[in-house]
Amino acid sequence: MEAYASLLIQSIFIENLALSFFLGMCTFLAVSKTIETAAGLGAAVIVVQGITMPVNNLIFQYLLKPGALAWVGLPELDLSFLGFIAYIGVIAALVQILEMALDRFAPALYLALGVFLPLITVNCAILGGTLFMVNRDYDFGESIIYGLGTGIGWALAVVLLAGIREKLKYSDVPDGLQGLGITFITVGLMSLGFMAFSGMKL
Amino acid sequence: MSASPVTALGRILALPNDSTRKTIAVALILSLVCSMVVSVSAVVLRPLQIENASADRQRNILAAANLLDENTNVADAFSKIEARVVDLSSGDFTDDVDAENYDQRRAARDPAMSTPLSSEQDIASVGRRERYAIVYLVKDGEAIEQIILPIHGYGLWSTLYGFIALEPDLNTVVGLKYYEHSETAGLGAEVDNPAWYSQWKGRRVFDASGALALHVAKGKSRAVGNAAQHEVDGLAGATLTGNGVTNMLHFWLGEQGFGPFLENMRKRAGG
Amino acid sequence: MNSVDKKIVLDPLLDNNPITLQILGICSALAVTTSLAPALLMSAAVTAVVVLSNASVSLIRNHVPSSIRIIVMMTIIASLVIVVDQVLKAFAYDLAKSLTVFVGLIITNCIVLGRTEAFAMKNGVRLSILDGLGNGLGYSLVLIIVAVCRELFGSGSLLGHQIFPLVTAGGWYNPNGLMLLAPSAFFIIGLMIWGIRTWKTAQVEKPEYQIHEVHRTEIV
Repeated sequence: MEAYASLLIQSIFIENLALSFFLGMCTFLAVSKTIETAAGLGAAVIVVQGITMPVNNLIFQYLLKPGALAWVGLPELDLSFLGFIAYIGVIAALVQILEMALDRFAPALYLALGVFLPLITVNCAILGGTLFMVNRDYDFGESIIYGLGTGIGWALAVVLLAGIREKLKYSDVPDGLQGLGITFITVGLMSLGFMAFSGMKL
Repeated sequence: MSASPVTALGRILALPNDSTRKTIAVALILSLVCSMVVSVSAVVLRPLQIENASADRQRNILAAANLLDENTNVADAFSKIEARVVDLSSGDFTDDVDAENYDQRRAARDPAMSTPLSSEQDIASVGRRERYAIVYLVKDGEAIEQIILPIHGYGLWSTLYGFIALEPDLNTVVGLKYYEHSETAGLGAEVDNPAWYSQWKGRRVFDASGALALHVAKGKSRAVGNAAQHEVDGLAGATLTGNGVTNMLHFWLGEQGFGPFLENMRKRAGG
Repeated sequence: MNSVDKKIVLDPLLDNNPITLQILGICSALAVTTSLAPALLMSAAVTAVVVLSNASVSLIRNHVPSSIRIIVMMTIIASLVIVVDQVLKAFAYDLAKSLTVFVGLIITNCIVLGRTEAFAMKNGVRLSILDGLGNGLGYSLVLIIVAVCRELFGSGSLLGHQIFPLVTAGGWYNPNGLMLLAPSAFFIIGLMIWGIRTWKTAQVEKPEYQIHEVHRTEIV
């Protein structure tokens, strides 16, 4: 239990996918102009990450790992090289299914999330989180916690940036830095701030 | 139905793009081509990759034993080294597990091949301790010149994996080298700096009373006389990584790690 | 090479750079640039993938049903990345280890997907290859500049060769630790954007809110 809590805190603050590993930057920078849109995107990321990570974990553990296919009688097979294509396939398929399910059962939510759901398929943070999980060989329980944690961490970071950018609108920024330039520098400073969490152990 | 595959393909391609048959056909053909390309490259390149991985591992072991420089032929140098499997709890050599195929890292995560550690025991933050470990004996004929032990433990950002090489007296260090970690470049990653890790040569693990004394100092090492034998300079700006190094040394060279093994080796040498 | 070709290849270097203008492909630009060698390797890998995927998608562009368009592109890209990853592990093992998961992340690298969707689906093979080349070069340019700054000022070396002798080795250069930390990549790219937009003022974004100067006697 303690290990799970520690993993959760670690994935939200200490190893924040957006601010420590810089994953998902494209959408991070493009969709953080207002807090509402950022919150919408963040929520979508949490949901997708929380679902795809455990599913990819099952695929890795029972299909792709070296020795994983022992339950079918093929223990020497190592299919881990198919990993990339399997994970991105799962992510794309799950996002599509989620879109259809939301459209059918929660149309208000579907409209609110709008265009963000398809954007998430190509969010490096989703695939990156899965690749880290595979790299560290987490078990099923850990993958659920890690999925939720990394999603929450990414959502937190994008909402924070949106908050700052909303205020930054009223600042006198030099022409060349306007928009993208000052955002880069802001994110750099945020990342420095998050480094304060490093070394914390629970 | 004597149409050749080429004309069949031509007929499929001539269908309108959005028809169901074409969609399925395109999907199938694409999957087939992609899977063939991917599988061929994986299978053809696999021997090279395995060779790279094992040469890499051998280089790491040789480096820890200070047996590696630019001109070393890795295969030749490694032929002097014998890999044996040790049961960590009893400290005995064992043949229960084959050294060639044993993946120590994977075993640590496998409940059947490892034991969980309580928080008092887990000073190196490794979580579980595998039952068996591979040790490398550098031999000259029958005599053992060095014993190389794998160690790992948590630093600041990541788990550091390395080897410590000991002389036959099981007290004097020949070298301590890490081959894998993700510590901060310029700070914790200075464990890779020859200026730092060369300090380990000649240090002693145990003090006169037999207690584990080897550690990384905080800041520059200020110990004098006998005490200086048990410490190296700290890493500037990387106290936590340094602490991690000390903790993993104490874990693996102590009761929970290779302690019983070192005891047995000492008895065997008759001392 | 005629002028249209030249434009396609050279535009993404400064005028339409994928990183500094199109906001694509940033993730890997930040994480692999602590030293020059992995940055060069990453640039080569991304350029290879973008050129090959542009070419492949362009070859079959007239036969792709619209319902499976995205997944077709992703399948091709993912397969190419797997092949590149296998080749790296076989021929550049040490360097590939330092890239860890970022080779796999080329799949979601927005540059690759963005160019296949925006260009390769609508243009011939030759032009698509050139476009892939141009964008790959634009991406590589930014990566190389960031990596040179970070390695030179952070470790005093380039490609492993010591250029500024470090104080810890008896020299004079006290390395700038900030350059080795991840946020420095953000700062360097931010400053690069400032430089590029000061030179090419067409790229400057309009501010969302015009600050008015109010004089004491004015009623706003």
